[in-house]
Amino acid sequence: MINYIWFGMICAGVVCACVTGRLGELSAAVMGGAQGAVELSLSLLGSMCAWLGFLRIAEEGGLTALLARGFSPFIDRLFPEYRGDREIQGKICMNLSANFLGLGNAATPLGIAAMRAMQERSPHKDTPTKGMVLFVVFNTASIQLLPVNMAAMREACGSAQPFGILPEIWLTSLGALVVAVLFCKMMERRAPPPRPGPYNGTA
Amino acid sequence: MEQASAAALPVILCVILLFGFFRGVDVFDAFLAGAKEGLRTTLGILPTLIGLMLAVAVVRDSGLLDILCGLARPLAEAVGVQPELLPLAVLRPISGSGSSAYTLSLLEEFGPDSGAGRMASVLAASTETTFYAITVYFGSCGIKKLSYSVPAGLLGDAAALAFTVLTVQLFS
Repeated sequence: MINYIWFGMICAGVVCACVTGRLGELSAAVMGGAQGAVELSLSLLGSMCAWLGFLRIAEEGGLTALLARGFSPFIDRLFPEYRGDREIQGKICMNLSANFLGLGNAATPLGIAAMRAMQERSPHKDTPTKGMVLFVVFNTASIQLLPVNMAAMREACGSAQPFGILPEIWLTSLGALVVAVLFCKMMERRAPPPRPGPYNGTA
Repeated sequence: MEQASAAALPVILCVILLFGFFRGVDVFDAFLAGAKEGLRTTLGILPTLIGLMLAVAVVRDSGLLDILCGLARPLAEAVGVQPELLPLAVLRPISGSGSSAYTLSLLEEFGPDSGAGRMASVLAASTETTFYAITVYFGSCGIKKLSYSVPAGLLGDAAALAFTVLTVQLFS
């Protein structure tokens, strides 16, 4: 799947650049994109190390297990595969809390830690479990208590009420998440638990 | 509200540290062990990031993205959405920095408290960079099959567009 997306993006881009005569921009884009990724990783490196460090302290102290137990009615239902697995549940909770509190720098490292823990338990090397797909889908949505970045942008543009759109944002993000999660649950029911291959036709 | 948000990080750090310390965790050793993992993880996702951002840059700078947005325009006019909003909906799942810049330009052009400005704010704040999350999360643990994650993520983004139009019209 990712094979086709990546291939398609680059091929369509090259064809388009030929037609529109933007070949110069295209060559700059290839190298610029690669360089941008390195710059992003460098800026991510600090927060990645710091947050995985704090995560380890929270895990060894038993804080994440406590968090997992608190949220287990919710987490058990969404991720039934990991019922009772306090390590994975703890990592999922840490990521979702970071997202909720708007700590974007923390959410990615914590989310990757959760994905890796789920992958360790999975018998399949290249196919995600249902829980992994649902977890990624949670992270493609944006559930945030206080969207401070957006408020700052609005304030910079002279808004009289930077936070005036809070109810709209809450309803919209929650609605979008519910739609995506329902879709996942429907697909989970349709497809048997992951075997290498069965999703090829649908994805 | 900004203060509440600024206080979140220090409070969380204090709770984690105090809890670990009084439970007898060797906090600095634990931190170092985790941080070392962070180093490996960052290096591990770098190739994925390079591949993704290179492809996004190609789509953007080749003019393909403009064409896609142009195609979406009549659709926007048909359902009564400000046509300028649709490029944002197309851009948002693909490029985080690109959509931030575009949102800012919309806020400046229409004013942040106008209908279009409010819709742009709501849409941008209610969604995430879907493709980035999918590639980085799956890439970090070597998953190659994406299962139904892409349709699920994009369906969420489409739903966000619909809810944005609905809620902004409802509350204004």
